[in-house]
Amino acid sequence: MNFLSELREGLLIAWDSLRANKLRSALTTLGIVIGIVTVTLMGTALAGLNAAFLNSISAIGTDVLYVSPWQWFSDEPWWKRRNRRLIYLADARALVRELTLARATAIEEGRRYSVRQGDRIATGVTIYGTTEGGAEVGGLVVKEGRFLSTAEVDGGRPVCVLGAELAANFFPYESALGKRVVVAGQNLEVIGVLEKRGKFLGMESLDNQLFLPITKFALDFGFRPGVFVRIKVRDLQSMDDAREEIRGIMRKIRRLAPGDADDFAINEQAGFIQTFERMNKVLAGAGLFITGLSLFVGGIGIMNIMFVTVAERTREIGIRKAIGAKRRTILTQFLIEAAMICLLGGLLGLAMAYPVTLVMDRFMPARLSWWLVASALGVSVVTGLAAGFLPAWRAARMNPVDALRSE
Amino acid sequence: MPLIRLQNIWRSYQMAAETVHALRGVSLGIERGEYVAIMGPSGSGKSTMMNLLGCLDTPTSGTYELNGTDVSGMDDNELAEIRNREIGFIFQSFNLLARATALRNVELPMVYAGVPPDERHDKAMAALTAVGLGDRVDHRPNELSGGQRQRVAVARALVNTPSILLADEPTGNLDSKTGVEILGLFEQLASKGNTIIVVTHEEKVALHSRRIVRILDGNIASDEPVTRA
Repeated sequence: MNFLSELREGLLIAWDSLRANKLRSALTTLGIVIGIVTVTLMGTALAGLNAAFLNSISAIGTDVLYVSPWQWFSDEPWWKRRNRRLIYLADARALVRELTLARATAIEEGRRYSVRQGDRIATGVTIYGTTEGGAEVGGLVVKEGRFLSTAEVDGGRPVCVLGAELAANFFPYESALGKRVVVAGQNLEVIGVLEKRGKFLGMESLDNQLFLPITKFALDFGFRPGVFVRIKVRDLQSMDDAREEIRGIMRKIRRLAPGDADDFAINEQAGFIQTFERMNKVLAGAGLFITGLSLFVGGIGIMNIMFVTVAERTREIGIRKAIGAKRRTILTQFLIEAAMICLLGGLLGLAMAYPVTLVMDRFMPARLSWWLVASALGVSVVTGLAAGFLPAWRAARMNPVDALRSE
Repeated sequence: MPLIRLQNIWRSYQMAAETVHALRGVSLGIERGEYVAIMGPSGSGKSTMMNLLGCLDTPTSGTYELNGTDVSGMDDNELAEIRNREIGFIFQSFNLLARATALRNVELPMVYAGVPPDERHDKAMAALTAVGLGDRVDHRPNELSGGQRQRVAVARALVNTPSILLADEPTGNLDSKTGVEILGLFEQLASKGNTIIVVTHEEKVALHSRRIVRILDGNIASDEPVTRA
C-alpha cells in the first residue's frame, strides 16, 4: 500500500473519528486554538510594527546624515549626554558653508508650541526652524505656494509653511496662502502648505507641523537653540567621504585638539534600523516563547487525548493489524488524527484572530498576511504530529494477539 | 507440498519466574482444499495454535511454512503482509469496525492490499452479495443481526482470496439456528475448494469438518478424518 492511499485512508478514518467525538475533539483542540490566536496576533503586531517603522524611517532617507551633539541610541549615561556641547547656529552655518559633498543641507531645531489663527488655537504643534534646503532634505512636497527661500532664511523673515493637517484645520474653506498665524507672540505669514505625509511610527502626525526660517526661530523666540544639521549627501557612494569631511570640518569649528574625542555625532538611518531590528528581535523572541509555551500546553492536551483514543481503540487496532495493517499504516492513521485535530484548532484560531487584527488595524498597520496564515496552520500541524507521535507509536507497536483480546 | 507445514513447533511464554510451554513440539500438515477442525479444551494450546496458524504470532522454535514460505522468522510488517494476502479471519465476536458500514468493513483488507477504490468497491459488493447481504451493504454492524454480522466477516475474510479461512469459534456468539446457517456457508465454501480451519471446542461444530485435530496439553492428541454416517 503506497503512502498516498495510506494518507487518504488515514484522513478518512481521522475525520470519522473526529465526527464521532465532536465535543471531545473540540475541547482538546482548545489549547491549540488559544496557541494559534496568540501566534497570529503576535505575528500580526510585530509585522505591523515593522511596516509602520520602515514606512516612517524611509522618510528619513538612506542618504541623509544627521550632525548633532548626540549619538543616536548610544548607551552614554545621561549626565554625560546632558553635558555635551550644543551646536549653535553660527557653527552650523560654518559647517554648511564649507561642505563640498552635500546635495542639500538643512539646519534645524524643533519645539512644540500652540499656534493661534484668529480665535482658533492649535496646541502641541511642532514648530521647526529650518533653512531653504529643508524641503529637499526632508522630502517635503509643497502642495500650495512655495517653501522658504534663501533670502527669507538669511533675513530671518516672519514667514512659515504649514503642514497639511494644520492648514486644513485653520483654513478649511479657503487658501491659507497670505494668511497670518501667531506662534509665541510672533506673527507669521503663510507662504506654503505641504502635502499630507501621515504619521511617524504610527503615532506622531507629520502633518501637524509648521516650518519657519531657523534664523527667525533663533532670534525671536526668546532662547538660543542648539541646532542639528541634516545633510543629504550627493550620492550613496560618497557617504563615507562625506562623513569624513563633516568630521574634519566639525573638529575644526569646535577647535578640538588632535587627541580629543569628537564632541558631536554623525548619525544616519542605518543606526535607526539597526536599533529597531535589535528591539524587534527581542520582541519576536519573547513572543515566540510565550506562544510556544501555549502551544506546548495545547500539545500536551493533544497527547493526552490521543493516548486515551489509542487505548479506547485497542481492539480496532488489533482488527486492522489482523487484516493486514502494517506498523507504518497504524502510525500514519493516528498521526493524521492528531494533526487533524490541531489543524482544526488552527483554523478556528485563525477565524478568531482575524476580527481582532481588524480592530488592531485601527492603531497600527496590522494585516493578517498569507505567510502568517500558512505558518500558523503549519505550526498547528507540526504540533499535532509531535504530540501525536508517542501515542501513535504505541498503537503501531501493539501486539495483534493482545490487542484483539482487549475489550 | 502441503499448504501448511508445521514442524516441531514450540511456543513458550515467560510468566513471572517460570516458563509456560503452550505448544510442545507440534508437527502438522494441511493440504490445500481441506476443511479441518482444531479442537481442545481451554488451556490446551489451541488459541496459541490458532494465533500461530494465523501469523498473528511466531513460534519460539520450529518452522512454519505457509504456501511454501517460511513465516516463522518474519517480523511484524512482513507478517502483516502475509496475513493480508494469505489469511482470512473469522472471529467469535465478529470483530467488525463498529463505525464503518458493511461495505467499508469488507473493503478494508483491500485497502491494506493497495487495491484501487473502484475495484475495491466492486469486489466488496460482489463478496457481500455472495454471502447474501447484497441489500445490506450500507448498514453498520449494530444495525445487523449476529448472523448477518458473521456473514459480513466471512465476506471480509474472503475478499482478498486468501489461502486459508481461519475461523475462531465462529458460532460461539450465535444462536444455534444461525450457527447452522454459518456452518452451511462454510460447507459451501469448502466444496468450492477453499481451505478452512475452524478452531472450536464444540463437537457439533467440529463434526461439520472433514478432519479433526485434537490438541491436549500442547500436543496433538489425535488427528483423524470425520466419518459420516
